[in-house]
Amino acid sequence: MKSIHVTASVLAFAAAVAMPAAARDQIQVTGSSTVLPYATIVAEAFGENFDFPTPVVEGGGSGAGRKKMCEGVGEATVDIANSSSRIGQSDIDLCAANGVAEILEVRFGYDGIVFASAVDGADFAFTPADVYLALAAKVAKDGALVDNTSATWAEVNAALPAQDILALVPGTKHGTREVFDVKVIEAGCKETGAMDLFLAVAEGKDDKEKGDNAKKACHELRTDGKSVDIDGDYTETLARLDADKNAIGVFGLSFYQNNTDKLKVATMGGVVPSTESIASGEYPVSRPLFFYVKKAHIGVIPGLKEYVEFFVSDEMAGPDGPLAAYGLVSDPELAATQAAVAAETPMGPLE
Amino acid sequence: MTDISQFPAGPMRVTPPKQSILTASANMKRRNAAESRFKAYGVAAIAIALGSLAIMLFTIFRDGTSSFTQAQLAFPMELTAEVLDPKGNRDREEMTKVTTVGYSKVLVAALQAELQKQGIVQDGITDKEIGELISKDAAGQLRAQVLADTSLVGTTITADVLAGGRIDGYLKGRVTLETAERDSNVTPEQLLLADKLSEAGILTTGWNWSFFTSPDASDQRPEAAGLGVALLGSAYMMLIVLVTCVPVGVAASIYLEEFAPKNRWTDAIEVNISNLAAVPSIVFGILGLAIFINFAGLPNSSSVVGAFVLSLMTLPTIIIATRASIKAVPPSIRDAALGIGASKMQTVFHHVLPLAMPGILTGTILGLASALGETAPLLLIGMVAFVDNYPSAPPEGFLDPATALPVQVYSWASRADPAFIERSNGAIIVLLVFLVIMNVGAILLRRRFERRW
Repeated sequence: MKSIHVTASVLAFAAAVAMPAAARDQIQVTGSSTVLPYATIVAEAFGENFDFPTPVVEGGGSGAGRKKMCEGVGEATVDIANSSSRIGQSDIDLCAANGVAEILEVRFGYDGIVFASAVDGADFAFTPADVYLALAAKVAKDGALVDNTSATWAEVNAALPAQDILALVPGTKHGTREVFDVKVIEAGCKETGAMDLFLAVAEGKDDKEKGDNAKKACHELRTDGKSVDIDGDYTETLARLDADKNAIGVFGLSFYQNNTDKLKVATMGGVVPSTESIASGEYPVSRPLFFYVKKAHIGVIPGLKEYVEFFVSDEMAGPDGPLAAYGLVSDPELAATQAAVAAETPMGPLE
Repeated sequence: MTDISQFPAGPMRVTPPKQSILTASANMKRRNAAESRFKAYGVAAIAIALGSLAIMLFTIFRDGTSSFTQAQLAFPMELTAEVLDPKGNRDREEMTKVTTVGYSKVLVAALQAELQKQGIVQDGITDKEIGELISKDAAGQLRAQVLADTSLVGTTITADVLAGGRIDGYLKGRVTLETAERDSNVTPEQLLLADKLSEAGILTTGWNWSFFTSPDASDQRPEAAGLGVALLGSAYMMLIVLVTCVPVGVAASIYLEEFAPKNRWTDAIEVNISNLAAVPSIVFGILGLAIFINFAGLPNSSSVVGAFVLSLMTLPTIIIATRASIKAVPPSIRDAALGIGASKMQTVFHHVLPLAMPGILTGTILGLASALGETAPLLLIGMVAFVDNYPSAPPEGFLDPATALPVQVYSWASRADPAFIERSNGAIIVLLVFLVIMNVGAILLRRRFERRW
């Protein structure tokens, strides 16, 4: 008898599961873990103030999120992909191949990347050249490329403290690393003249390929333990920094602003990073933040358009909104974004 | 062996021992020394294991216990009709136009009025900073409360709201006046005002039920984050895992153990089951994404998909435990039943299975416990997410988005605000309590019902 009971309950359960999935009524968002905190703040406020359910927001990375969005159209696919870097042609092609023809590109603000040390440590004032000379695998010396042997910051630049070099850099899977590579390392590479030397020895069919290879060579960081890749979150960088007071960590501005009691920020080219100095463009290491909306889902998934409009409204993404309070650098051209969202203008081809 | 061979067997040609057996020979000393060394290694191994466990538990409890209490503000508040219902019709539709911004103004005004009434003054603090003492979550809660009962507008109620995360941290000793100097989210003046508020009895610390009931919260309001959705999601998943795994696992084991012919096929199945038990759990996540979401079209982030993935992972464990306990039932029981005319099936269901039950239950509970603590496969099926709405009641609720306990630990541990470290450790404690209860249950069942032959 018992076994009949069990079988019956299994059947009942199987029936319950086999029912056609009810129409999805909540928005699904995925993508960059840098954008994740901003998206959760908006989602929470959206759930509080609208009669729609709170959107479900996932992290996991910009690239993975865009791929997930490009899987196709329909309730089983996500509606929005958050991204800390601009979408690439390969993703657009993938989207088109899967029937996702129109995508709304929404740039909602900027994020700064800061260098910080333990709060009771020495003060640092970096330039991109300092960071390059300290961390690159090969540096220019007397007109030739040599292996980087600097052991202390003072060896790199006499104005810096005589402290052992140890930098905690985001791992290559992070969007932050790309910005660090381009805005700091590459800038330093050019400034110190190493770029020209790399260019002279670069292989390639034409100038463009040579240039790309030279850039790649610039981005090589030293592997003797002075530069450590952190593949986890900023919390891991902070924990390592706690353990070794000599270390310099690379963080997002919002993470630093939430941990100012533990971290001391370094200046870059003499500019203190803040939402103001990033907005004005004085602080060089920053990047735009995006999210991409599947246009075919607007009007199908309830509340999708309202969520997107709410996200870019002055109330949320404006300079006095909660996102700015958390560390987002408000986009000076927010009004244009709002207009584009209201008109549901899909993005054109990449220039 | 060498010890014995010193005394060759055969005719009695025993050479008299060179020394008394009461004094230890060199050989015996060596053997005794080896034994005590081995014991010392064993004790050292246990000490290392216990030591690491103690350190782990100590840090978890040191950082986590404070999440079970929470700072709260209680003050009378007039729900001013001019702000909350400008048109005065008490019409819910019209009142939804007032956002949480409006409600937070009412809250801040009420707190300021109370400060004035009680004569609490703090120099060098702005009105905005006073407002920041109140959690950002409070306005949303108040709005939901008022919209649910519009007759509240115009009355004076007691606001029971959470204090901000930094104020909470101050009462718990995580934030000090010294760190507040450098902290961009709190000023020392706010902390001094918090001191005065606790003296006046407005700011109190109490048991934090909302940690167990409220859903997750965003990075700006760690004080409001709770385990509600995660507990529900974990409960749903365990229920489905139980309902799918036990019948399938037990039926498979009974067939393999009692009915199946011993041939190449059953051998292959046996090897595969043992192999599956050792497959890394993330593999099941990849499988789940491909089969349940992409192929079967089940919704992303839903507890039913999570449960199916965990079921696949738990099944081998349950089958192995069940087969072992069926095998442990002595053949004489089966022979006796068959001897008095019972059919094979009657033998199994009337005699073997009841005797094997304690072992099956123990195996099932241990399998469930490991499924409860699993995060990796859930990453791939979208359950590591910010989910703010409770899943509805089963069975529809199985299709709603949910998270799970270990997932909440993981996502809180990667948040920027330091207050989430406390929450994360608190969630670990809750998870550990559940695991201990399950494991103790398994031990008790085994003690109570196990039979030895």
